[in-house]
Amino acid sequence: MLKKRIAMQDIAAETRLFNSRALVAMLVVCSLFSIILLNMYNLQVRSYQDYQIRSEGNRIKVLPMAPNRGLITDRNGILLAENRPVFSLELVPEQISDINSTLAQLAELIVISAEQQDDFLQQVRQQRRFNSIALKERLDEEEVAIISVNLHRLPGVTVEARLTRHYPFGDLFTHALGYIGKINTDDLRRLDEQERLPNYAASREIGKLGLERYYEEQLHGTMGFQEVEVNNRGRVIRVLRSVPARSGQNIRLSLDVGLQLTAQQTLQQKRGAIVAMDPRDGAVLAFYSNPSYDPNLFVHGISSSNYNALLHSPDRPLINRATQGIYPPASTIKPHLALLGLETNTVKPDTKIWDPGFFTLPNSDHRFRDWKRGGHGWVDVYSAVVESCDIYFYDLGIKLGIDRISDYMRQFGFGERTGIDIHEEASANMPSRGWKRARFNQPWYPGDTVPLSIGQSFWTATPIQLALSTAVIINKGMMPTPHMAAELSSENSSELIQPKLKPSVSVIDEKNWDIIADTMVRTVGTLKGTAHNAFRTASYTSGGKTGTAQIVAIAQDAKYDADSLDERHRDNAMYIGYAPAVNPTIVFAVAVENTGGGSSTAAPIGRQLLDYYFSAGVNADE
Amino acid sequence: MNDNLVSPNQRSGKLAAFHIDLPLLLGLLALLAFGLVILYSATGQSEAMMKAQIIRLGVALAVMVGVAQLSPQTFRRWAVALFSIGLLMLIAVLLFGHVGKGAQRWLDLGFMKFQPSEIMKLAVPLAVAWFIASQNLPPKLWHLFVGFLMCAIPTLLIAKQPDLGTSLLIAMSGLFVLFMAGMSWRLITFIALLVSAFAPVMWFFLMRDYQRQRVLTFLNPETDPLGSGYHIIQSKIAIGSGGVDGKGWLQGTQSQLEFLPERHTDFIFAVLSEEFGLIGVVILLAIYLFIIGRGLLIASRAQDNFSKLVAASFILTFFVYVFVNIGMVSGLLPVVGVPLPLVSYGGTSMVTLMAAFGVLMSVSTHKRMLANV
Repeated sequence: MLKKRIAMQDIAAETRLFNSRALVAMLVVCSLFSIILLNMYNLQVRSYQDYQIRSEGNRIKVLPMAPNRGLITDRNGILLAENRPVFSLELVPEQISDINSTLAQLAELIVISAEQQDDFLQQVRQQRRFNSIALKERLDEEEVAIISVNLHRLPGVTVEARLTRHYPFGDLFTHALGYIGKINTDDLRRLDEQERLPNYAASREIGKLGLERYYEEQLHGTMGFQEVEVNNRGRVIRVLRSVPARSGQNIRLSLDVGLQLTAQQTLQQKRGAIVAMDPRDGAVLAFYSNPSYDPNLFVHGISSSNYNALLHSPDRPLINRATQGIYPPASTIKPHLALLGLETNTVKPDTKIWDPGFFTLPNSDHRFRDWKRGGHGWVDVYSAVVESCDIYFYDLGIKLGIDRISDYMRQFGFGERTGIDIHEEASANMPSRGWKRARFNQPWYPGDTVPLSIGQSFWTATPIQLALSTAVIINKGMMPTPHMAAELSSENSSELIQPKLKPSVSVIDEKNWDIIADTMVRTVGTLKGTAHNAFRTASYTSGGKTGTAQIVAIAQDAKYDADSLDERHRDNAMYIGYAPAVNPTIVFAVAVENTGGGSSTAAPIGRQLLDYYFSAGVNADE
Repeated sequence: MNDNLVSPNQRSGKLAAFHIDLPLLLGLLALLAFGLVILYSATGQSEAMMKAQIIRLGVALAVMVGVAQLSPQTFRRWAVALFSIGLLMLIAVLLFGHVGKGAQRWLDLGFMKFQPSEIMKLAVPLAVAWFIASQNLPPKLWHLFVGFLMCAIPTLLIAKQPDLGTSLLIAMSGLFVLFMAGMSWRLITFIALLVSAFAPVMWFFLMRDYQRQRVLTFLNPETDPLGSGYHIIQSKIAIGSGGVDGKGWLQGTQSQLEFLPERHTDFIFAVLSEEFGLIGVVILLAIYLFIIGRGLLIASRAQDNFSKLVAASFILTFFVYVFVNIGMVSGLLPVVGVPLPLVSYGGTSMVTLMAAFGVLMSVSTHKRMLANV
């Protein structure tokens, strides 16, 4: 009985002990659950905003959409730069289990070069996750078909269509239009500085040269975007919001396809440039530099062999001769100097000078020769320009002096960029005392002025400058800013480029303008005129001035013999002109390298240009 | 005295004949139903997976009812045998086990693959309780020592597989028996100090690289947001963005767009938190608390020490599962592969758990017969 009671007491004690432990356990359970609840309160109530934002950031992605680039047409609406669909083979590495085997499979289907594979694999390492990366661009139709048929067994492989630039006239407009190319790090930095980078999130290409570069902002357009919901693999589940891209503005140029083709045909194999513009507003009608090259090569990244061929070609096709070709203007600037002579009363219209065929400075026996052996005899300002008498201008130049020449010629735009709407432009050189001091640390000698007076030695000019200086003569001192773009238009608005004219050359006697214009008309229209032969049978009136620039100095008393000279040392042929003689609508400049005389080579090219201009009625309605 | 003992059965009415504890059953059914609702969303509305889970639930419920029919005395008789078989199987696994996911956990019996550690989840508490309950309580020191040994051997074998999470849970289930048996607080304090001294040894000599990485990631998940920290960051985003009332059923963007990893298994709690918010969390925790409370009540009302200890150990282990899973998913604890009990999608562990609840029901409903013995 006692034993049983002890046992009973033990049971009671055991139960008490167990129950107290159970109570402790229950308290621990409750307190740990409280900790969980407290933590939940922290996450779901106190930090709710924070996690809500992060959750949205997870699921919502903004996909940028590239705008369509604006089109470029000539003055009549003929397409010069258009957008064409191209197909590229693209891969999303994260969706491919074994990249190397997929590459091998693709290589069996279509040709994929080792270079393309290497480029691709390098990009895989650099790109963001879930971005598609191009393996091969510009697939042809057959390749698109082959890949499309096999897509089902190639997960992560897609054929993407997108628009890319195409220049249907190939090399005809290259130096005017330029081209677009892949955005590189320099472009990125420039865009960033201009705070335009966000607009390029979906763009792959940018204007690199010419009008494509100058009007990049207008042509590019405004990026659109889609706000999409994505899953953890980046796949788009649905579109939440969409803002369409706005296409870039279309640009109508003042260039004319027919005139441009004429320019190309007249130059043929010769190196040189032709620029034509409307003197009234600076609208450029023709802008051609020869030789040219196909800009389409650059759109998808030019191969290094093609690029080296262009870069190292002795004909230098990459140089834009129309605005970067630096030529001695030669006799084409004689009308300008004649104006200065008249304006300063250094010569009068009827002042006559004896031309024995050579010119000497006082205290010197160095003979500066005339291009015509034996000289022109008595010459006045008309015959000096018409027959391109060198002696008259040597004499005039010495009388004027470098300072007056330099200052006045600058007003015609020499030594300055014209401000045409491309960035590739040289200022060439209008020398002065200060320039020579800075350049050679030498004083200016009268002997420097003599060749300068016939547009040789240090004086250089670009074809666009020569055409513009002609426009200044026509406009009686008003200088237009040359421009190739005539009209910018978007879907519902269009804006004409306003001509910019500024007074540039001022004269005391307005009649002098007429005299100068008259000398140029006589150069074409009178029997002794250096351009008469070229324009003899023309059905229209025009004015002009030839020029022949020596590339190497000819020794004293030696005869210039083109055949005995290396081709690259032969004379440059120059011509500036305008038409018709009254109320001109076109001025132009022709520069042809190493082909001989201005009257024999350059003037006939001017003739063909004007023949086309009048027969086709370019610019006729204006 | 007899009247007192009979009364619970009378209250349970007809269910008593099937040895079912009604409150516990209702709690479990509420949990399972809520779990299925969450799972439907967490599986991305996969009907195939729902079907599989429902079949598993059916099997698990059948196992529970089946186990409940056996008396606690039966478990007591079989405890040692079950423990020995489990031990042999663990050794077999280490020798010829099947390697899956980098760990040797499975034993291929020919007709089915089987994780012996599941047996040990039941066998360790049963065996330790059998041993401790054979003496008067509180246990003497050398009894405790033997008890520790019975926990330690299977624990080390499972840790060697390696499955640190399960091995620690099994060690816990044995230690709970010792705690409930009345192990002195002084000893508990002493052991706690010993364990904390042992922690550095474990860090440097016992833990594998991936386990250390988990702990490091737990301490600062943002250091490796795309690597091992990704899981916990995404999980916290899911929970936090749920707010008070949640994004709505099937509307959780973190879950439905699969930013949440393991959404239907280990991280299902995050799905609940995102779609049902704090309200859903409170409801789930209330159900769990009810089940645990009922379990402890059953334990304290049990008639013999073996039943008390086994019941308490099972229900406390169940709580540890809940706490470790929720703690891990909400960033309180490092990531260890523990599913949310009876809610996560999964096989064997659910059957084992329901078998344990079967034991609890047996303890709760076999008192009269015990009294009559």
